[in-house]
Amino acid sequence: MNVLVCVKQIPDPAVPGELDPETKTLKREGKLILDDSDAYGVEMSLQLAEKAGGGEVTLVSMAPNDEVSGLRTALAMGAAKAILVSDPELQGSDSLATAKVIAKAVERAGDVDLVVTATESTDGYTGTIPAQVAELLGWPSLTFAKHVEIGDGKVTIQRQTEAGYDMVEAPLPAVVSVTAGVVEPRYPSFKGIMAAKNKPVDNAKVADLGLSGDQVGWAGARQEIVSIEAAPERQAGEKIEDEGDAHERIVAFLEQLKVI
Amino acid sequence: MPIGKVWVFAESDEGKASTASLELLTKARELGDTVEAVLVDSSPDAIAPELGEHGAAKVYAADPGTSLTGVMGGAALAKLIEEHKPDLILFDQSYDGRDALARLSAKLDLPTLTNGSAIEVDGDSVTVATAIFGGNTIVKTTFSGPKPFLACLRPKSFAAEAGGGGAGEVVKVEGVDAGRAGEAQVTDHHVEEREGPKLEDAEVVVSGGRGLGSAENYEPLVEELAKLLKGASGASRAIVDAGWVPYAKQVGQTGKTVKPKVYIAIGISGATQHMVGMKGSDNIVAINKDAEAPIFSIADLGVVGDATKVVPKLIEALKAKGG
Repeated sequence: MNVLVCVKQIPDPAVPGELDPETKTLKREGKLILDDSDAYGVEMSLQLAEKAGGGEVTLVSMAPNDEVSGLRTALAMGAAKAILVSDPELQGSDSLATAKVIAKAVERAGDVDLVVTATESTDGYTGTIPAQVAELLGWPSLTFAKHVEIGDGKVTIQRQTEAGYDMVEAPLPAVVSVTAGVVEPRYPSFKGIMAAKNKPVDNAKVADLGLSGDQVGWAGARQEIVSIEAAPERQAGEKIEDEGDAHERIVAFLEQLKVI
Repeated sequence: MPIGKVWVFAESDEGKASTASLELLTKARELGDTVEAVLVDSSPDAIAPELGEHGAAKVYAADPGTSLTGVMGGAALAKLIEEHKPDLILFDQSYDGRDALARLSAKLDLPTLTNGSAIEVDGDSVTVATAIFGGNTIVKTTFSGPKPFLACLRPKSFAAEAGGGGAGEVVKVEGVDAGRAGEAQVTDHHVEEREGPKLEDAEVVVSGGRGLGSAENYEPLVEELAKLLKGASGASRAIVDAGWVPYAKQVGQTGKTVKPKVYIAIGISGATQHMVGMKGSDNIVAINKDAEAPIFSIADLGVVGDATKVVPKLIEALKAKGG
């Protein structure tokens, strides 16, 4: 079974983000890393391919400046190869344009049974791309999965709901988005890290995917950022050191608010 | 042409209209002259009256059968838009809301603005405000493509208020075909038992983070305290990612937005990811070992201390008062 997993390479979330005053987009010029959210999708894909007893895990990433550092992490975990779409024309792309790129990359990869994504990226978090990709491919989408199984040509998931979860199944090929915490992502072994250096990365441009420049980037986004301003700040209140009696202060605070 | 017709993609929750749907309808009344709802549910007659009271003159209702609500929602909307030509459609940033929005945007090749916390109409122009970087920066974006404009808004962005309208007229929508997407079938529903109120509706929310030390401490510290305060329990992304608690409990940018009367953060440092989901709370209490933790910058009462020592004493004291 061949699985294609979407991975995003993002600025380290531990470093405070900044907007480029010229383009009004997130600054993404430093070293990028594999989005933590995607490590679950990579792990899930590797496990599903292993269980199916064959097939490959292929990565797809759209990133500026031919960035591969996050891809190398996922290749070191065990993915076989990657498709990297990096093109200045993509700057400013919104979620729909990104979905168009990914759908075309799925077609480029060929012979894909399952597309796995995170539910949303850590830096963009629209949460719409999985179902957009599925719609463009004409495939079913099973989103917000907290458990995934493959068998008899179909995929079955536990889909997160407000009340608990639903069992959802669909025939392959299909798109599945997985929530964080579904599996324990493996740490790349030394051998994996060395092997990742020689795994193939297929570099594709927008034109190679059969998309035109006006479908992606700023032109395709059809939206305009009109202002960026600081939000009103919330003020800090009292801060105390616990010396064994801090709980009394909390009780008093709750009493004053009449919640107890 | 100014914005005339505003639609809300309405959702149900335990057999009633979801709170977020009512919030969106309330806001929609301010934005356009005609407000209507599109509902994908097998029992629309139970939900339409509430949608009507909150502003929906009509409720277009499609039955999803055993297909996914969001998937059928996208297909139903595409079919209805062609005939009725709305100017603006509002979605809740929920599981099914995002599915419906995503499917529709790809079907009609329309851009989307998501994660909105405010929306304004000025003549023909619609602007959506989104909080980024943990809520310290507000970005406003306008649509510049064709209509309908598709906007997805976070729950709790507006207050829900009935507008004195009658029950919404239910208009059944038949023959919705989602193609291969409709082959995803719901075969079973599992309802997880929940004690006390829902996370989004609770007056008191108690959330735990890494500072709890271990997964085993979540139940006796966070859940127990929430129960005593008749509140709901939540979590930071760090412990959801670590598999300590399910995703449904996550408060933050990629989780739920809560605005309770009191929010108690236990062992949560206050990553920007978390703060955006809770900084709208009326009152915030934080307990954390690290005196420099960012959570203290927004806490009304900050306790620098070990959560595993402070919380058991707090629980004891509350039990003593209650007993």
